[in-house]
This record gives sequence, C-alpha cells and structure tokens, in this order.
Amino acid sequence: MSEIQSTYNYKVVRQFAVMTVIWGIVGMLVGVIIAAQLVWPELNFGPWLSYGRLRPLHTNAVIFAFGGCALFATSYYIVQRTSHARLFAGGLAAFTFWGWQLVILLAALSLPLGFTTGKEYAELEWPIDILITVVWVSYAIVFFGTIAKRTVSHIYVANWFFGSMILTVAVLHLVNSAEIPVFAAGILTPKSYSAYAGVQDAMVQWWYGHNAVGFFLTAGFLGLMYYFVPKQAGRPVYSYRLSVVHFWALIFTYMWAGPHHLHYTALPDWTQSVGMVFSLILLAPSWGGMINGIMTLSGAWHKLRDDPILKFLITSLSFYGMSTFEGPMMSIKTVNALSHYTDWTVGHVHSGALGWVAMVTIGSMYYLLPRLFGKPEMHSVKLMTVHFWVATIGIVLYIASMWISGVMQGLMWRSGNADGTLAYSFVETVKVTYPFYAIRLVGGVLFLSGMLIMAYNMFKTMAGGSTVDAPVLVPAGHHA
Amino acid sequence: MDINDLRSIVTVVSMLTFLGIIWWAYGLKSNKQRFAEAANLPFAEEEADRIELGLSSRNEQRKTS
Repeated sequence: MSEIQSTYNYKVVRQFAVMTVIWGIVGMLVGVIIAAQLVWPELNFGPWLSYGRLRPLHTNAVIFAFGGCALFATSYYIVQRTSHARLFAGGLAAFTFWGWQLVILLAALSLPLGFTTGKEYAELEWPIDILITVVWVSYAIVFFGTIAKRTVSHIYVANWFFGSMILTVAVLHLVNSAEIPVFAAGILTPKSYSAYAGVQDAMVQWWYGHNAVGFFLTAGFLGLMYYFVPKQAGRPVYSYRLSVVHFWALIFTYMWAGPHHLHYTALPDWTQSVGMVFSLILLAPSWGGMINGIMTLSGAWHKLRDDPILKFLITSLSFYGMSTFEGPMMSIKTVNALSHYTDWTVGHVHSGALGWVAMVTIGSMYYLLPRLFGKPEMHSVKLMTVHFWVATIGIVLYIASMWISGVMQGLMWRSGNADGTLAYSFVETVKVTYPFYAIRLVGGVLFLSGMLIMAYNMFKTMAGGSTVDAPVLVPAGHHA
Repeated sequence: MDINDLRSIVTVVSMLTFLGIIWWAYGLKSNKQRFAEAANLPFAEEEADRIELGLSSRNEQRKTS
C-alpha cells in the first residue's frame, strides 16, 4: 500500500457514545421523578413539572435520546469496522450528531411547556418533526453511503438490522407524524392536528408505536447484539444462516402486530385478530435471535464468570427472551382483557426497555468506551460488575412489583357483584397499588444509581484526553 | 379484480418469498462458504483491534505493513 493510511471516523462515535450515558442518566432521572410522583403526588410542582408533562419527556428521553444516541454510536462504529471503510460524508455525520442533540434539547423544552401532539412516543410538534426528518435522512445517507463504499464483498448481518431500522423508522415517522399545522399559532408555539381521524388515527398511531418497538428498540439493538456478542465472546455468531432467517422473519411479521394495542376498541374485530396472530408468530423469530446470541457463547461459558461486559450482553438476551415471550401472551385477546390498561403493561415495557435495550446498550458501551479512548479496558472493571448487579436487582424489583400490581388491578377492575355493579371503586384499586409503586421507585433508583456509577467510570476512562482512531487496514486474508 | 384478491396474492407471495429465503439460507450447500466469510467479518482486523486498545502504536504498524 503506497497511499497514506486513513483512519476510521471515531469522533462522531465518541460523541454519541458519551451522550448515550449522559442522556441515559437524564431520561432515567425523569423516570425516577415520575415514579416518585406516583407514590407522593405532592411532588407535582406546577404545570411544567407535573406527571402529565414529565411522562412523555421520560419516554422520549430514554427511547430517542439514550436509545437513539446508542444506535447512532454503535451503527457508525460497526458499519465502518465491518465494511472496512471510513464513514461516508464525515460532515454530514457531524450534522447528525448536532442535529440529534438539538432535537433532544427542543423536546426537553417543548414537552414540559405543554406543546404536544398527544400521540404516544410521537408527541413532538411539527417543526421538531421536520428537523427529525432532515437528521434521519442524513443518517441514512451516511450509513448507506458507507455500506456502498465498503471494501469487502459481504454486508455483515448487524448492518442489515441497522439498515432496516433506519428505513423503517423513516417511513413510520413520516406516516404517523403527517399532520396539519395551525400556522396562525406560530412556529415557536406550534400546534397541529393529525392527518387522520378516529379509528384510522388510532391504527396508524399503534402501527407506528409497535414498530417503534419492533424496529427502533428491537432490530436496531439486535444490530448491537450481532456485533458485540461475537466480539466479546471471541468467536463468530453461533449460526449465520439462522441470523439471515431471523432477520427476514422479523421483517415479515413485525409490521402487522400493531393492532394488539387496540384490543376491544372500535377497531374492526378481524384487524384485532390479525394483530394477535402476528404477535404470536413473532415469538419464533424473537427466540431464534435470542438463542443465536446466547449459543454464541457455547463452549466459552466460563467467560461469563468474570467478564462484566458478557454478563450485561447475555443477561440482556435473557430479558429479551422473557419479554418476547410475555409480549405474545399479552397480545392474546383474553389475556389482554386482564392486562390492558394495568401496570402489567408498564412492567412488560420495562422488562424490554431496561432488561433488553438498556442492558445491551450498557454492555456495548463498556466494550466501546475504552477503545474510543485508546485504553485497554475501562478504568474499573470491578465497578462494571457492581453496576451489573445493581442494575439487575433494580430491574427485578421493577418488573415484579408491576406484575403484582397490574394483575391485582386487572382482577379488581373486572370483578362484579351479583346485581351487575362493580365490586370495587377505582380509588380502592389505586390504594392497593401503593406499596408496589414504592417498590418500583426503589427499583428505578437502583437502575439510575448504576448509570451514575457508569458515568463515573466513563469519565475516569476518558481522563487524560487521549483518543485513538484505528487505521483502516486491508482485512486479513486479503493481503496480496 | 377485487382489492381483496390483490391482498390475498400479496400475502401468498410474501409467504413464498419467506420460504424461498429459508431454502436459500439452509438448503443451498454453496452458501456455506459465503456465510462463513460473512460471519468472520468482525474478526478480520486484528491489528486495528490492538491499536484501538492502545496495545500497539500506529508507527509500529506502519513499519510492519
């Protein structure tokens, strides 16, 4: 090679990786605050810091700020390393970082101020929606541009998952956020109305909502799994052809599962049944992916004993398996009749969000951070293990308390007297959930503490300020 | 043709496509080699792995390549 060696673009990866931890703390702190408000309603200070406004701030912050930054960081890293090519359009990549941070900042301002479209996980008003679209299209150009300039023939499976996530989220965002702006309200105090009405609006919303789970929080994070689990285990993925079938099975089924959010509503009965059937089918690809990840460790199980990164990654897969079993069960209409609108749903979401998404992200960040700052490992491996146990106990407390509280609510709401009246008033069901809300708060505080330990460890690892950008090398076996 | 016929056709075609993918992944012996190559992509750059961990300097790397 006569040309001057180029390096991978790690700068944007570094920026997104650090912000993943920061936004994780912010988003989870807001979560802890609203959990505390449910225990002590006195903590609702004024309209800006009331539960109703902070709750969408929490979901947006953890999904799009924490989860989003994690996806940007890891996809930019993985696509470069598995394509053996420097990131395409570096300036545009930098724009995705600053643009995404601006979106987050605008969300953090506008949601507490009360600007909302009222669509769950798509609350941001139309000017921010337009900014999201611009950033996301830039992301697609950078990602697919890097794939196009790859110097190897294959596209590694993790990139298939990232690519599908980028494409699908673009479509979901454009369709669900289609809205008619009220220009008279002004751009700084925006107001808009959905382009859809009635049950169509509900169906579009939950087609979006469930695919945000399916593609943003599942396909995207499976991309992390398919790179970092083999890397940390030091062996290729258990079955590459299973990963191919896993990918396409998810693509073919996830799109149709949305109606299970609208059981026993005005949505046509057959649509509800289609949603339920596809949700049940989803169990197969989900477990295929989980088995593929966990079995990658087969023959190297001893590594799990003293490697906290593998602990995080493998535990995340276990929670992925758990919540993708629980999800299909809850989509069955008769089970949903008990679980819907109760805390069981909240528990289910967090077993996926904390157990799967956050754990796989944390494991991946512990893999990435030392490499981005030219260190052989994190500042303290011991603190990583502490983080793992604090986080795991936190999740278990959270999920278990919400299961109990949710099933109790469901049973109390449906029980009636012989004369057809309800056996319990609503406030009686609120009263019995009280101790479980306190346990949930403890679980949330534990999980947040883990993130604070991580931030300390991260800043200690970054200390000294040295950064290393690995060179783009001719892949092994390709030497002339 | 009724729109519902079209919907049925799309469903059947999707199912057949998916079965085709399974056959492509598991049935074709000739794919074994390409899957092995693809699966090893994360392990193709040992030097870059060492350098980013600060274990080998870039100057040393230049000399060896």
